[in-house]
Amino acid sequence: MLCLNLEAQQKDTTHTLQTITIFSAKPGAITPVQTLSGKALEKMNSLSVADAARFFSGVQIKDYGGVGGLKTLNVHSMGTNQLGVFYDGIQLSNAQNGTVDLGRFSLDNIEQIDLYNAQKGVIFQPAKGFASAASIYLQSKKPVFHDAATLHGKAGFKTGSFGLINPSLRIEKKLSSCISAVVSSEWTHADGQYKFRYRYNDYDTTAVRKNGDIDAWRVEAAVYGNGRDSSNWHVQGYYYNADRGLPGPIVKGHFENGQRQWDRNAFIQGGYNKSFGKYNMQLNAKYMLDYVRYLDTSIVTTTGPLINRFRQHEYYLSSANQYRIKDWWDVALSADFQVNQMTAVNLDHFSIPTRITTLVAGATQLHFQKLDLQGSLLASIINESTKLYTSGGNRRAYTPAVIASWQPLANPALRIRAFYKEIFRMPTFNDLYYTTTGNPTLKPEYSKQYDAGASYTRTSAGWWQYFAIQADAYYSRVTDKIVAVPGKLFRWQMQNIGLVNIYGIDAGVQTSPRFFKEIGTNFSLKYTYQRATDNNDQQIVYVPLHSGSFTTNLSWKAWDLNYNFVYVGSRYYGSVNIPEYYIEPWYTHDLSLSWHISQLKINGEINNIFNQYYDVIYNYPMPGRYYRITASVNF
Amino acid sequence: MRKWIFVLLVLSACRKSGTNSSSSEATHVTDDTNQSSFYLLNEGNMGLNQTTLDYFNGRKGDYNLNIYGEINPTIVKELGDVGNDLKIYGNKLYAVINGSDRVEVMDKHTAKHLGEISVRSCRYISFYNGKVYVSSFAAASGSTDGAGFIAEADTSTFEVLRTLTVGRQPEEMAVVGSKMYVANSGGYTSSNYDRTLSVIDLNTFTLIKTIDVAVNLHHVKADRYGNLYVSSRGDYYNIPSKLFIVSSTTDAVTDSLNLGVSNLAIRGDSAYIISVQWSNNTGTNTISYGIVNVKTKSIVSNGFIQNQALTTPYGIAVDPVTRDILITDVKDYLLPGTLYCFDKTGTKKWSVSTGNIPSVITFIE
Repeated sequence: MLCLNLEAQQKDTTHTLQTITIFSAKPGAITPVQTLSGKALEKMNSLSVADAARFFSGVQIKDYGGVGGLKTLNVHSMGTNQLGVFYDGIQLSNAQNGTVDLGRFSLDNIEQIDLYNAQKGVIFQPAKGFASAASIYLQSKKPVFHDAATLHGKAGFKTGSFGLINPSLRIEKKLSSCISAVVSSEWTHADGQYKFRYRYNDYDTTAVRKNGDIDAWRVEAAVYGNGRDSSNWHVQGYYYNADRGLPGPIVKGHFENGQRQWDRNAFIQGGYNKSFGKYNMQLNAKYMLDYVRYLDTSIVTTTGPLINRFRQHEYYLSSANQYRIKDWWDVALSADFQVNQMTAVNLDHFSIPTRITTLVAGATQLHFQKLDLQGSLLASIINESTKLYTSGGNRRAYTPAVIASWQPLANPALRIRAFYKEIFRMPTFNDLYYTTTGNPTLKPEYSKQYDAGASYTRTSAGWWQYFAIQADAYYSRVTDKIVAVPGKLFRWQMQNIGLVNIYGIDAGVQTSPRFFKEIGTNFSLKYTYQRATDNNDQQIVYVPLHSGSFTTNLSWKAWDLNYNFVYVGSRYYGSVNIPEYYIEPWYTHDLSLSWHISQLKINGEINNIFNQYYDVIYNYPMPGRYYRITASVNF
Repeated sequence: MRKWIFVLLVLSACRKSGTNSSSSEATHVTDDTNQSSFYLLNEGNMGLNQTTLDYFNGRKGDYNLNIYGEINPTIVKELGDVGNDLKIYGNKLYAVINGSDRVEVMDKHTAKHLGEISVRSCRYISFYNGKVYVSSFAAASGSTDGAGFIAEADTSTFEVLRTLTVGRQPEEMAVVGSKMYVANSGGYTSSNYDRTLSVIDLNTFTLIKTIDVAVNLHHVKADRYGNLYVSSRGDYYNIPSKLFIVSSTTDAVTDSLNLGVSNLAIRGDSAYIISVQWSNNTGTNTISYGIVNVKTKSIVSNGFIQNQALTTPYGIAVDPVTRDILITDVKDYLLPGTLYCFDKTGTKKWSVSTGNIPSVITFIE
């Protein structure tokens, strides 16, 4: 009986997703959030989460090019390490380098992507949810059964430029009235070759990108259940195995290089939710094993070509609790406990660290008719030990956050919001211990974020179905920012370089007019201004002053036409803003057309239509025009 | 929709035309017209293809930044990635570009591209009897422990003629008579650095001796008395950087001096030494300066420049005519560097902004 409740909820969610526009700006969201979901995700010319995240405002993608190249996200110029990436509510972390390669998460199994500044606007969440400057939540597709069917699935195949072969299969099975399961798997294979072109002085050279090949497997399985009481639970397993070439910088004499990496990442995680009237509880647990093998054939040591092996274990336990004191007053207490261990083979002077992280967050939420207030305090307690050499030492920090959202008028369409948040970020294992670059004396990064914004959202039954506009202005201040300071061979070193001040504006407009009855249209325009300066008042590397995106799609009967434009303004790759370090703006136009008949769907894409050659990261050329075709069948 | 297309076209116009060009600029730095002209090589950070060549015109007192691209506009990707050494031999200027696996050969007077010598992971250059010798970090063919090699190339065809396996990750070389001394670092295996100086008979191009000196050797310079000054970087932990003296008569270590060395220049009887010594134990750099009298083999000064405001001294050279001391400051390695000129008493004459990581100076004598 009680599981029906959840099914109804699921139905409701699905329904919402279908009517959603390209980007939904969740009405009444207490913190700034951008969402990409459902059909919109399918329409985007995107292979991975990183491709899709290009369309968010306030972000920079670091993309080293190609299918297999590293792709990370930097929100509000705070640094990739300041972004929390959550997969079905549990953080994907990497204690070794602190970053998550979003290129590895294919959209094939993703239902929704939410990007929150500060934190998710709820207090009932794991303590880790309070810990990052910004968080991206990836929600995997859950099995949904509307009718009597107990088995369905989807088979897909993608191919196109770069020698891409990407078959995928997903099977959903209803095991009982309360339990359902899903298995999703895909294989990504690409030679990663594409043409690039450099023009400077009097030369004009075109070459083919090499060593960007990838061969990757992903297998995921999950079981979702609803208890006889109001509880629900899920357990999921994830396995990723990849063999890839690491495309190096294109420098004179080196248009290819001989570095390779093998990754094996596996985790098992689960969650349990239960409600007892005014009290709600959530338990989460995770175990992760990460294995990386790195080969550099150009460096020959006494034992042969350089091979490093890194192994990481992560154990995670979390308890979140919320109690409703009054209808308008909630309090929450969350405690997370995590152990990270790392070992390395063939890495001299590696300390073999173990980090025990205890996070405790107390939060409260006041919900009045026109005003929402949230306050939280996070205690981060880090106990670090190393088997050898010097440990980075124990750390303890208390970081508060205050969030407010106000409806000034009788009409709920307009909301004004503001937040203040402090963030504490530990140096990663690589920052502290990586042979000669690591620096155990590093201090943690402390940041303060201030944000104020407004949103206006209107839905209508008439021809102008949807209109939303949001703008946020923010100021962030990062102290003791950790960067790699390079030197002569073997002499890179992580250091705290001091202060970074970031002033920014994120703005967006989304609208869905229906000019003709049969033609649905969506438009989204996003703009970001960011002035991020260091101690010397110079714009920090790779942050453009101006950037933005424009997306539109038209749907008519079985056809869908989608157009995306991304603009990233000029940037500097050096820490002084001189012409020598200038990188030109880049902008790409992508077009896709899809057609479906009953359960079959075919989608064709042309990306970077005008064949613009550009670098996101200096000397890492991006592909010119490229194509992709996708076919999928639901059964 | 039309409006949007217009907006897009406007945005598209924001991009500068695809063809940009390097431009050099001249700065007048001194009215003293007695100084020798020189070239300065800026290393540039790894992976950025940022190596640049600057030129100082001694007769005008003008400093010209980044001259290579303008003089050689058709050369793809300019000078390349991580310049490591720069020397003049005959009428040619040789720039060793480590990350680009080649030695760029230019005309001594015009810096016009003449050709290139292809040597993987090339580090330092030396000359003898019409031939070019280049040390390489790359594993010599047939080596099992990653031992590097010295490549011998022709100065007119720029072809590599022969290679000779030496120690692991060889750095600088010095020639005394017909013998070449190669400092081996072993830097690719920090748990087991190389400790040796390889001695090569250049007439037969064979290895005649291996001298055990100290861990992680870097520079080797010959004085006019037939002695070699060999620097050890230490291990950045408990073994400090140190200077060793090797006699070319006995091919043995005769003395050692307790001072750190990251770079040195010998002019006359004086070896001018700068040291930036990193310690992994403390996580800090220690900076020092010194002069060694090569005749008496003793430290005569623990500092030779006055009021120094240098953050990270890196390259050093002494003007053959005026004995002015030129020192480069690479600062934090990210910013453009600065070149300082001090007179022989150590008083600052002038300074000028350079490219990224200014490192090697070679005088046009």
